[in-house]
Amino acid sequence: MLTTLTLSEAAARLRAGDLSSQELTDACLTRLAALEPTLHAFITPTPELARAAARAADARLTAWRRDPAQPLPPLTGLPLAIKDVLCLAGTRTTAGSRILENFIAPYTATAVQRVLDAGGVIVGKTNCDEFAMGSSTENSAYGVTRNPWNPARVPGGSSGGSAAAVAAGLCLGALGTDTGGSVRQPAALCGVAGLKTSYGRVSRYGLIAYGSSLDSIGPLARSVADVALLFAVIAGHDPRDATTWPDPVPALAPWPADLAGVRVGVPREYFLPGMQPEVEQAVRAAIATLADLGAQVVPITLPHTEYALPVYYLIAPAEASANLARFDGVRYGPRAEADALWDVYEATRGARFGAEVKRRIMLGTYALSAGYHDAYYGQAQKVRTLIKADFDNAFQQVDLIACPVAPTTAFPIGAKTDDPLAMYLEDVFTLPPSLAGICGLAVPCGFDAAGLPIGLQLLGPALGEAQILRAGQAYEQATAWHRQRPHL
Amino acid sequence: MTLSLAEIEHIAALARLRLTDAEKARYREQLSAVLDYMARLRQVDTTHIAPTAAMLPLQTVLRRDEVQPSLSPAELLANAPAADGDTFRVPPVLE
Repeated sequence: MLTTLTLSEAAARLRAGDLSSQELTDACLTRLAALEPTLHAFITPTPELARAAARAADARLTAWRRDPAQPLPPLTGLPLAIKDVLCLAGTRTTAGSRILENFIAPYTATAVQRVLDAGGVIVGKTNCDEFAMGSSTENSAYGVTRNPWNPARVPGGSSGGSAAAVAAGLCLGALGTDTGGSVRQPAALCGVAGLKTSYGRVSRYGLIAYGSSLDSIGPLARSVADVALLFAVIAGHDPRDATTWPDPVPALAPWPADLAGVRVGVPREYFLPGMQPEVEQAVRAAIATLADLGAQVVPITLPHTEYALPVYYLIAPAEASANLARFDGVRYGPRAEADALWDVYEATRGARFGAEVKRRIMLGTYALSAGYHDAYYGQAQKVRTLIKADFDNAFQQVDLIACPVAPTTAFPIGAKTDDPLAMYLEDVFTLPPSLAGICGLAVPCGFDAAGLPIGLQLLGPALGEAQILRAGQAYEQATAWHRQRPHL
Repeated sequence: MTLSLAEIEHIAALARLRLTDAEKARYREQLSAVLDYMARLRQVDTTHIAPTAAMLPLQTVLRRDEVQPSLSPAELLANAPAADGDTFRVPPVLE
């Protein structure tokens, strides 16, 4: 089936000429139309854009086969999806919110432009938690996305639409964003690979901001090699984003198949009594596989781990409360009419933001307000320094860190929506690396008794993507978890 | 710790959020529980610890002061709920 191909496999067939981008794109669009009523992975499918891009890609491939000396961009003709927090000029961009329900992006995000320039075919804008705030995609104003492995379960979040679309074969890869786990956790819960890039590695120009000291853009795909391919396209300095690293992106692959000489740290704080036992078993077995591949496994400690959750849920909402001040009914979105400007602001925001967004704006506003700033936001920033130092110390001893992505597999839709703290605990293993600005990779490493996927998380230092991608690929080639597909 | 209704209303006013009475009651309960959880941060001794504000070792990134293409006023106003010429139209700011 065409829709189960990896990006690398499909690219090879497109180049060989035994498959056209139009056939491949049509296969994805047909599957998308058939499965969307069940999964709802997309807010805005873009079939017409996709067909036009596929035709152009086929023309380019034909010309290239006549003259292979011509450059052929790496994603030529490959169907991909984009999380709906990234702007695509001329296309509706909602961030999963009613406050942007009519917003037509006037420009294209750098990461998306790089995908287009590399020849990618965009099949649609994927569903997500409103303004990327959530761990289940249940906070979208456009309805919940369902997990392809079991439609009664969540896909994780906030990039749940991207993860579900990739897992279900509605596209071959996707872009998501990760502020506190929003690429890694849905990748794990949907059984695909997902990369949280180092803070500042991928330009955020054209990304609708949530927490500006944390937000990152990263790819999801059905193999680590595919994730590396997408990462190489989107990463690198951008003069339009002053918070991008100027350092060049190192060459990725070819990597050795083994992990000889690689030191892998296993933090004891990431194996909690309350976690699902099958998750711990699968992750420990995956670490044993890394050792079989030649890695030296080293017990380590990240002593401030337990404070990451309160630190994150003060800093991210504080930044969000400032970032979301721009949504006031003046420059974009529907406006609640009133006689005075003050009332326009309050009525528009009160009517158009969803429950979790309001909750985080309230929390962040409180944490920044006079009399509470030092005790909450200021203290959180200081503890963040300690969390970052934990990782700096660990990476003196080891090359990468192996741990679980999430404490559980996909949970039932509605199970945690009334208890914000229970939902926040879903991010307990993804928040510390986000606060440290480092990179992390989710790789499929097993299934629970109910047939739901489990993810292994590999963490590397800032700009250490090559190390974790190498280890992820070696693990993947030694196992078959990533070849499993949901029955739909 | 339980936030008072007056505190909830004060925060909502600072955040320019109009909340229903039901929302105020719910956020009062939920934010109080979340803030109780946050209290564990006070256990950490941060006496000599500097806050982390910026994540990158970059300072004052500048570009050349040259005119570059940008979006037109018409493009920027295209999403506005109300516009007038080259400006956003809003209700009176001053009584």
